[in-house]
Amino acid sequence: MTATRGHLISVTINGRPAEFAVTPNLSLLELLRTDGGSPEVKLGCGEGVCGTCTVLLNGEPINSCLVWAVQADGGEITTVRGLAADGELHELQNAFLDHAGSQCGFCTPGMLLTVKWYLDRHPTADREELRHAIAGNLCRCTGYTKILDAIEAYRDLRLTENDGD
Amino acid sequence: MYASAFDYVYASSWSEAVQQLAELGDDAHVIAGGQSLVPMMMLHFATPSTLIDIGGVDERTIELADDGTLVLSALVRHADLEHSDVVAAHVPMLTQAVRQIGNVRVRHRGTIGGSLAHGEPAAELPCVLIAHGASVRTLGPEGERTFAVNDLPVMQLMTSLGEGELITRVEVPTLTEGQGSCFIEMARRPGDFAMVNVAAIVTGDESGACTAVRLVLGAVGNRPVDVSEAAQELVGSVIDEASSEAVAAAIAAAAEVIPSSHAGIEYRREMAGVMVARALRGAFQDARRRRSGEAVTV
Repeated sequence: MTATRGHLISVTINGRPAEFAVTPNLSLLELLRTDGGSPEVKLGCGEGVCGTCTVLLNGEPINSCLVWAVQADGGEITTVRGLAADGELHELQNAFLDHAGSQCGFCTPGMLLTVKWYLDRHPTADREELRHAIAGNLCRCTGYTKILDAIEAYRDLRLTENDGD
Repeated sequence: MYASAFDYVYASSWSEAVQQLAELGDDAHVIAGGQSLVPMMMLHFATPSTLIDIGGVDERTIELADDGTLVLSALVRHADLEHSDVVAAHVPMLTQAVRQIGNVRVRHRGTIGGSLAHGEPAAELPCVLIAHGASVRTLGPEGERTFAVNDLPVMQLMTSLGEGELITRVEVPTLTEGQGSCFIEMARRPGDFAMVNVAAIVTGDESGACTAVRLVLGAVGNRPVDVSEAAQELVGSVIDEASSEAVAAAIAAAAEVIPSSHAGIEYRREMAGVMVARALRGAFQDARRRRSGEAVTV
């Protein structure tokens, strides 16, 4: 048992492997926004209420403000930048654009990742289920109607595309 | 927000964690999911000198034992419970309750052992587990012991766990033949702290009458309270609107209600009565549906 203040951790961020020396009191959020080179992850409340800092850790949505960076050692992290491939926006992002589901944009990264995770598991979710899925992702601008319109449009698009397979 | 500096060590087994806690003393704290501990550290309500990471000491197993008991590793996460068919089939109130915990992110990190050890009076899981007569297995400096979840909560953020004692397992007697259950939570908004939690288990017989009631009221007082005794007058007859409301009114009137920033004491007392009545009827109906072999969706 060795107690050290500096820990070396290995993670991948959007598929890119990286190593960091971190102090235990560094949150995953703070690591991502600084040395992690991922300022697209936003700090909202810092206490796990607002969902703004959502990232996927090993494919599961988490509040990166409530996870110490050391706890992510060995993990695969996906930020909103991981959704877009080669500079092409993801269809979900396009749906948010088309339906004005983003106003100030601060909640959008967390919203997009939560929705992507949820619809991958519940592709036919109805509007009511989607409302519950984004519970805890707070938006202070749009009032959620346009966000839900965007999410439903993306869901329908996915369903149509999968029909063609 | 930044937490004070602390050291971070990993435990490889429950016994190593207990040993580390003993060596590192009072200021060391274990961390599992950290969904209550980390916010408290960010706000400087908790300032441990060392965190002992127990996340890797055990698998997150959910098992149905031969005697029908649901055996859960203390590291089982809320999302594990939420998505388990075994849990939904045998302890459906757990499924109902975990859906109300925080949000999808919190549920992917938070653990059942952590929730129980935290001792939050508004927590959903202790309420359900007490109704089911569940017990916890613990490991501490003096070895293992098993005791009822009902003996765990003392008051706000305080439990009967001894110094350096860790919850390792939770054992839940499952619903049996003739039983139905219902968990109801009232909160300002989905995922917020509960203002009232009620867990009810009703046993019914072939004639349609109620033969036993288990009832737990949470989130209004310092800890969840087993109020089954006060519901015994329902035994022997059908639970309907009038009988459930009479029992619920008496329970609400006698309940200890502590101040809350969410709503006033009198309002929460009144709502406790409304939720108790609904949960009693819900559990009675659930028992009836299960007896008739109707498909039950949780």
